Amino acid sequence: MSDQEGSFYLGDLETVTKKAMDYLKSKKPLKSLIEWGTTYSLWPAYLVTACCGTELAAASGPRFDLERLGFLSYGNPRQSNLVLIDGTLTIKMSKVVRGVWEQMPEPKWVIAMGACVLDGGIFWNSYSTVLARDVLPIDVYVPGCPPRPEALAESVMILKKKIKGEPIET
Amino acid sequence: MASPTVLPMTYEALSQVSQEEGLIELQVGPAHAGSGHMRILVWVEGDTVVKVDPDVGFVHRGVEKLSEGRLYVKAVPMVERPSLVDTVNANLAYVEAVEALAGIKPPPRASYVRVITAEISRIISHLYGIAIFGIFLGTSTVFMWALADREPFIDLLEEMTGARVTCSHIIPGGVRWELPADFGDRIETALRYLENRFNEYEKLWVKNPVVVARTQGVGRLSREDAIRLGVVGPNLRASGVKRDIRKDRPYEVYDQLDFDVPVRHEGDCYARLLIRIDEMRESMKIIRQAMKQIPDGKIVYDDYYNKMSPLFKKIYDEGRVKITQSLTSLAPPPGEAVSLVEGGRGEMFYYLVSDGTRFPYRFRSVTPSYRNLPFFTHVMPGQKLADVPAIYGSIDYFPPEADR
Amino acid sequence: MRPLADTVSIDEKVGLKVSCSPEKLLVVAKALKEAGFDHVVSVTGVDWPKQGKLDAVWHLSSYSDEELAGGIAQLSCYLSRENPTVPSLATVWESATFQEREAFEMFGIEFQGHPDLRQLFLPEELKGVWPLRKDFELKKRRDEFWRPRRFFQ
Repeated sequence: MSDQEGSFYLGDLETVTKKAMDYLKSKKPLKSLIEWGTTYSLWPAYLVTACCGTELAAASGPRFDLERLGFLSYGNPRQSNLVLIDGTLTIKMSKVVRGVWEQMPEPKWVIAMGACVLDGGIFWNSYSTVLARDVLPIDVYVPGCPPRPEALAESVMILKKKIKGEPIET
Repeated sequence: MASPTVLPMTYEALSQVSQEEGLIELQVGPAHAGSGHMRILVWVEGDTVVKVDPDVGFVHRGVEKLSEGRLYVKAVPMVERPSLVDTVNANLAYVEAVEALAGIKPPPRASYVRVITAEISRIISHLYGIAIFGIFLGTSTVFMWALADREPFIDLLEEMTGARVTCSHIIPGGVRWELPADFGDRIETALRYLENRFNEYEKLWVKNPVVVARTQGVGRLSREDAIRLGVVGPNLRASGVKRDIRKDRPYEVYDQLDFDVPVRHEGDCYARLLIRIDEMRESMKIIRQAMKQIPDGKIVYDDYYNKMSPLFKKIYDEGRVKITQSLTSLAPPPGEAVSLVEGGRGEMFYYLVSDGTRFPYRFRSVTPSYRNLPFFTHVMPGQKLADVPAIYGSIDYFPPEADR
Repeated sequence: MRPLADTVSIDEKVGLKVSCSPEKLLVVAKALKEAGFDHVVSVTGVDWPKQGKLDAVWHLSSYSDEELAGGIAQLSCYLSRENPTVPSLATVWESATFQEREAFEMFGIEFQGHPDLRQLFLPEELKGVWPLRKDFELKKRRDEFWRPRRFFQ
């Protein structure tokens, strides 16, 4: 199969269809459709790490509703595409978080909440905490101790811009 | 990827047949719905739970060791962060111990402000407990309602201090912020709103036949067991033991306020739910009395006020207290002190040892969720597996508080 | 009132303070239980490296007794730092089981007769490190975090 730009795809049927699919997905109408679908259905795996989890719960409440942004907390990590690390990661919990992250299929993103993931927070010199960036690759950081629910909503908007590839001002 | 002791899964995970008598070991893993980050290893035979082993420590940050390197005043945020839903009571417990060590007494107006904010914090904590109980039983309606009903009270604290939950406004010797001018009207509006909401809760949640069927008779804890295991808080009062630190060992101005201590005798999950609603009504009574009885005066003790510079005194007149050198160089005489405070979930205990320097020598804190741990090993065996979430939700266990 | 223990005193900040040596600990504990203290509030230790000793401290309180309700009794026991072993009071008061596990993993105090002495909060990597002793130093700079290289690279 060849197209206007003059490239040939040779090979067996499977590789050819995969290459064709990748090419089509990078073209405008299909790409926007896929991004629109993804950004409005970021489902986090249910992982509450530490004390920032109460502000995550408050953000899911009716006042700062995150569900209007497409943010439905889902139980099974195999069907979610976002991990929210809220709070301090300890040695025991970091293994759990890594395991959950590796169970999730691509594409997946990570939002890290709180001052404890930035640089340790107020527990920086503890004997059992781990910096989050040693464990997972992080996309968006949200500062605060604990961050306000509106800050969490803004971080979701920033992640959407990042997925679409638009420039971000923070 | 993972060492054999950790299997990160949601809900009930891989089951493996263990060597003992055909029991199956399941893990209600660290990533699960509701307040997560705690693992329960459950051994079942058929459908009945035989043995339970809680695996805690996923949020252990070592608050006790970290506080030994911080000044007495700077350890206040350290104390608040574990029990994040009930911060004012934790703050108050620590500051009581420091004041006992240093021999400082706060002025009466500061005591009343502390009591008012502590009772607001208790209401916030009980509403969060009800929300999590709802999530554990599977409904999200009560979760949304209870989280929405917390917001008026969080707004009150935010108007006074500027922070939503971690207020840090109690310092040794007084409080840091003055009550705003329209606080009386706003709090009356919030209390009346909550009273109307209680009628809705009764209709939907308390008299709901599904809830009654799932919680009545489930997870019964008898009076002797409650005393023997040392459980605290509303879980204790739901089993028939009338014990409330605010009455037995009064601190601040609780001996001048008039309120009851609700007690129930059944000891099951339903009683634990009802007693939290009763306690919220008592808190509302306390807040109303305290707002009437509050005297005028200073909000920090006189010695501290006299040592402030004129600029800080001008800031004080606007309603804020700056932390001056007399607090950062607070060095109590060598000795020990103990403080007990009734938080929303139970008794908070602090034991401080000082050796004359500006840093605590030994900082020991026992939080109510830590003392409620025997619930897992003694109440859950014998119940059906499907009752495990109902029991877990009814004891209002908050893992960061237990692990500190 | 208490000829068994070494020192008994009433302190206004703490309450009833009793201290004794490890041999007499079980006898004193049973006497306190008869007197009405029926549960344990806290089990911990205090490390005095300059004086070369480690205290194990139990705080007790009472639910069923009306006069003692709200009161705290402190029972402490001086141990050596090299070999801190003390009989476990989990047989006397069942509410001490979880707290003694924590005191074991933080200080290294070995409780003899405890039904199930193992780590409670700390992971298996930190066993043998007694974090709350005074000779364990916290990290001073921000970049000395525990690097989980063994697992994730």
